[in-house]
Amino acid sequence: MHPTLQELLAHGPVVTDGAWGTELQSRGLGLGDFPDLWNLTHPDRVGAVARAYVSAGSQVILTNTFGANRVRLSEQSAANQVAEINTRGVEISLAAAGGRARVFASIGPTGKLLLNGDITEDELRAAFAEQARALAAAHADALVVETMSDLEEAKLAVSAARETGLPVIACMVFDSGKDKDRTMMGNTPEQTAQALTEAGADVIGANCGQGIAGFVSICGRLRAATDRPIWIKANAGLPTMEDGRAHYNATPGEFASHIPALLKAGASFLGGCCGTRPDFIAGVSYRIAKG
Amino acid sequence: MVDLKKLYESVVSGDAKTTQAITQQALAEGVDPLVLVNEHMVPAMDEVGRRFEANEYFVPELLISARAMKASLELIRPLLVARGDKPVGRVAIGTVKGDLHDIGKNLVASLLEGGGFEVIDLGVNVSPEKFIETVNSRQANIVAMSALLTTTMPAMKTTIDALKQAGVRDKVKVLIGGAPITQKYADEIGADGYSENAVGAVALAKKAVASA
Repeated sequence: MHPTLQELLAHGPVVTDGAWGTELQSRGLGLGDFPDLWNLTHPDRVGAVARAYVSAGSQVILTNTFGANRVRLSEQSAANQVAEINTRGVEISLAAAGGRARVFASIGPTGKLLLNGDITEDELRAAFAEQARALAAAHADALVVETMSDLEEAKLAVSAARETGLPVIACMVFDSGKDKDRTMMGNTPEQTAQALTEAGADVIGANCGQGIAGFVSICGRLRAATDRPIWIKANAGLPTMEDGRAHYNATPGEFASHIPALLKAGASFLGGCCGTRPDFIAGVSYRIAKG
Repeated sequence: MVDLKKLYESVVSGDAKTTQAITQQALAEGVDPLVLVNEHMVPAMDEVGRRFEANEYFVPELLISARAMKASLELIRPLLVARGDKPVGRVAIGTVKGDLHDIGKNLVASLLEGGGFEVIDLGVNVSPEKFIETVNSRQANIVAMSALLTTTMPAMKTTIDALKQAGVRDKVKVLIGGAPITQKYADEIGADGYSENAVGAVALAKKAVASA
């Protein structure tokens, strides 16, 4: 195991962070604005989100770089700022962590579908390699390939991320099928865990897609299909719409009440995705400390 | 005589090569192109949709079958146009203004083409004016809008209002979809239909043109 991961896991399960997008919105990010651009325009507010998670007990925080690949940035006419946005994203999180938390840099999907001919493998490979290099050069501790719906895209991102020599976390969205235990492309947790293990991911997991209750069985199935540590970041229940904004119903207490089951199912890294806030992470941290 | 049951099977299994080969042979033998579409390939896509609903098929299988049907339609469409047959419908599709997420829209576009519709793909971040212009210049009879973000959903209402203002609202059926969309929202903003997935979108579009 990579020393960074070994050190973190030596003391038991690790608390990661919660959602960033909604936290940035509560600090003024406009509806429809692209969050990653704020690394350049509002670094103080991005830093405030990172600090809130460190204060809440996150031992690992991510970066505001989820969409900072060339494909998505070119839609914002910012394709020439890939390096800058990723570098600043890591610097902001490192400063907020202040040595109290590790910084795992976020790499999200491109939003294009290989199978539909929206993009080529070479284009994906190049986009992920460019982002991974920038994140590594800025001294991220690890890279997190997250919120992936297509295993093929995830594998390309993992192999690009591995080139940096940093540990690589790879997690997929399970939101399809009648039991919500498949990816959009129909892959099971077992298929996903095997493929990502073969692709060389150091940690394998699931994030987004559904509320935390659904993650328990997915976590157990991932655990059984790979020898790698498992990473789980669930949503805070299902959103309802009020005044054109999404509201997530779960409370921090409800969310944290599922943590023991996830630990039992074999999760090593625990945090939250859409709808979770620093108080959710404080709840997760408390539950883990209770053991 | 070519076995047309194989046409059905090749679309269901997503074998584009065979689908195209059988189409070619059938056309050479003088089979009416519309028979190929309506009696064999449309039922095949219905079966694909059924399997998707039953969790036997997932997105890749949908796309591969739609691609097989498209390969056949490439041969058939010119013949239909030459004899004056119109497509099932003409769809102007795009993600609404401010929304750049196009996976869902691309899936729906592919399946609509597979369903025999002529699809005018306007891409992402499509302004109300662009939709209106396409309705006018291309005689689209369906406007299909997609939004992934709760933040861009309101642009659907803006577009419907703009269609009214431009006096073309009655010429088209407006269909909407995307992760945050609900039937309730579709009703609220006066859309003609909503589907929660791409398979349902094709059925919805067919219903919409049938009721026009």
